[in-house]
Amino acid sequence: MIKGVIEGSFHITGGDFTNAGIASSEVKSILTGLGISSDIVRRAAIATFEAEMNVIIHAVAGVMHYYVSSERIRVVINDMGAGIPDIEQAMQEGFSTAPDWVREMGWGAGMGLPNIKKNSDVFRLESAVGEGTTLEIILNLREEDLHEAE
Amino acid sequence: MTLIQIIEILEARVVFGPNADETEILSVCASDLMSDLLHFSVRPKAMLITGLTNSQVVRTAEISEIKAVVFVLDKTPEREAVELARQKNIPLLVTRLSRFTACGRLYSEGLRSCTGEDR
Ligand SMILES: Nc1ncnc2c1ncn2[C@@H]1O[C@H](COP(=O)(O)OP(=O)(O)O)[C@@H](O)[C@H]1O
Ligand SMILES: [Mg+2]
Repeated sequence: MIKGVIEGSFHITGGDFTNAGIASSEVKSILTGLGISSDIVRRAAIATFEAEMNVIIHAVAGVMHYYVSSERIRVVINDMGAGIPDIEQAMQEGFSTAPDWVREMGWGAGMGLPNIKKNSDVFRLESAVGEGTTLEIILNLREEDLHEAE
Repeated sequence: MTLIQIIEILEARVVFGPNADETEILSVCASDLMSDLLHFSVRPKAMLITGLTNSQVVRTAEISEIKAVVFVLDKTPEREAVELARQKNIPLLVTRLSRFTACGRLYSEGLRSCTGEDR
């Protein structure tokens, strides 16, 4: 049973590839600890990891907030950065503005936003050019997705 | 197939290898693109074959629940990658073989893609 809303947040620093993924990894273990089924945890972890990487690759700094209740997992990622001029284009599979050195590290395939959308039930992306980007994702939980945490 | 068998087939050296005799691998993905892995590595008990050696490879394995990582062409993973693998208990192997040969050997021994094709 999850009582009330469990929440927390992590700072994400643009360009910090050394610590890339720590926030998502923490969220993943928190969700696992709450007894949420592994399939949902995996989807949430993939979505938050791609979102975290987008801040690291494309923005200056950001914050990831998570809110978990017995009904849903909600994650909001807010960043300061260049923003996205054309969201429809950014959502296309394979579209990426990542530079070559990022590609050489294994990122910049242009599959991040589509992956996030695929793994969430609600996906909201808003951006202001020159200011920053806000991404909100929700994964709905059903009763059978929750089992007793150890 | 156990990780011990895979070590033999790939003539691999073990960088970090907890419980290699108990780790079961049922499918394989070969990629240097992290988002492709996050998109396609849907099968449980998958192993990754890659030419990238940075810590994000291990992080991606952790997030997508990939059970082990093999580095091809004798590439040694970076120190941060090994550290993270120890923390998260993800075995790391290095083979001198190319991707093509590594995949070919495992395919002919019966392993199939983590995408689920060709079963
Ligand atoms: N937080 C962000 N800030 C600025 N631009 C972004 C952000 N997230 C995504 N983008 C833009 O959208 C494009 C597509 O994103 P994505 O699908 O994750 O692919 P990738 O990160 O591999 O380039 C990026 O290349 C970038 O131009
Ligand atoms: Mg991305």
